[in-house]
Amino acid sequence: MKIVLNGEPRDVAAATLAELLAECGFSGKVATAVNEGFVPAALRAAQQLTEGDRVEVLAPMQGG
Amino acid sequence: MRSFYGTELPNPLMLGTAQYPSPAILEEAFRTSGAGVATVSLRREGAGGAGQTFWQMIQDLGVHILPNTAGCHTVKEAVTTAQMAREVFGTDWIKLELIGHTDSLQPDVFQLVEAARILTDDGFKVFPYTTDDLIVGERLLEAGCEVLMPWGAPIGSGRGLNNEYALRAMRAEFPDTPLVVDAGIGLPSHAAHAMELGYDAVLLNTAVARAGDPVLMAKAMMQAAEAGRLAHEADPIEARDMAEASTPVIGKAFL
Repeated sequence: MKIVLNGEPRDVAAATLAELLAECGFSGKVATAVNEGFVPAALRAAQQLTEGDRVEVLAPMQGG
Repeated sequence: MRSFYGTELPNPLMLGTAQYPSPAILEEAFRTSGAGVATVSLRREGAGGAGQTFWQMIQDLGVHILPNTAGCHTVKEAVTTAQMAREVFGTDWIKLELIGHTDSLQPDVFQLVEAARILTDDGFKVFPYTTDDLIVGERLLEAGCEVLMPWGAPIGSGRGLNNEYALRAMRAEFPDTPLVVDAGIGLPSHAAHAMELGYDAVLLNTAVARAGDPVLMAKAMMQAAEAGRLAHEADPIEARDMAEASTPVIGKAFL
């Protein structure tokens, strides 16, 4: 399935957001959004992915 | 010192975490200055998990974390970013930035008030990055904010307090609200100036991170902010146009 992950086109096997994080090697403190909507960590396993979804995986970063 | 949403801070310096020459220098700047608040952001996680290393270091500093919504231009973007930040950083504090103008990074105060209302209704403790407009300040308080953070000058400009009159008016208008000058501070004298006006803290990043010696500058900013705070508490004299002799005239010898 083709999705867009952090702005980059990706072809993934994952069917849910939780599976996507595992497949792409994300761990630790991250926050997720699908199609510009926040998906809390507790709901990632239930969040089905569909073709063309835009997924954002954000992490702590320096800021002012 | 006033508390920020019930939290007493050890001193009046809030420090950003961006643009330092190295993580080690960032860490040392915090430790040397004793700054009690660190602003942070959320950005796309890279393949190497850079965010996790940063997060570990920030946690080790043992300071209060103030995540921002830097770079957001719409209410929806800012609200979503705040929700994500709350989950990642485990705090309901949010430095709400809603940028309205590309060159000056001036806040879009209309969207700012709207986002502040949504976030406070959702349980966030909002630290709004705002202008020095009194009516906007009132609206933000009505929206549920308990802190206001007017700009001194555009972010990263180092110009100091562009409009002392407006900042002074803001202090007078909101005597019981914790006020922070956020952005524009370039020198310790600017930080002292803000504190002398009766502000409760200063928030700065670039002036320290981009200084030739960030650790030394962080220390200077802290000392200046503390000096300004003490000066305000000491009730300074009014400036006057003409001299007033300080040495007694009575008793002067006739020579």
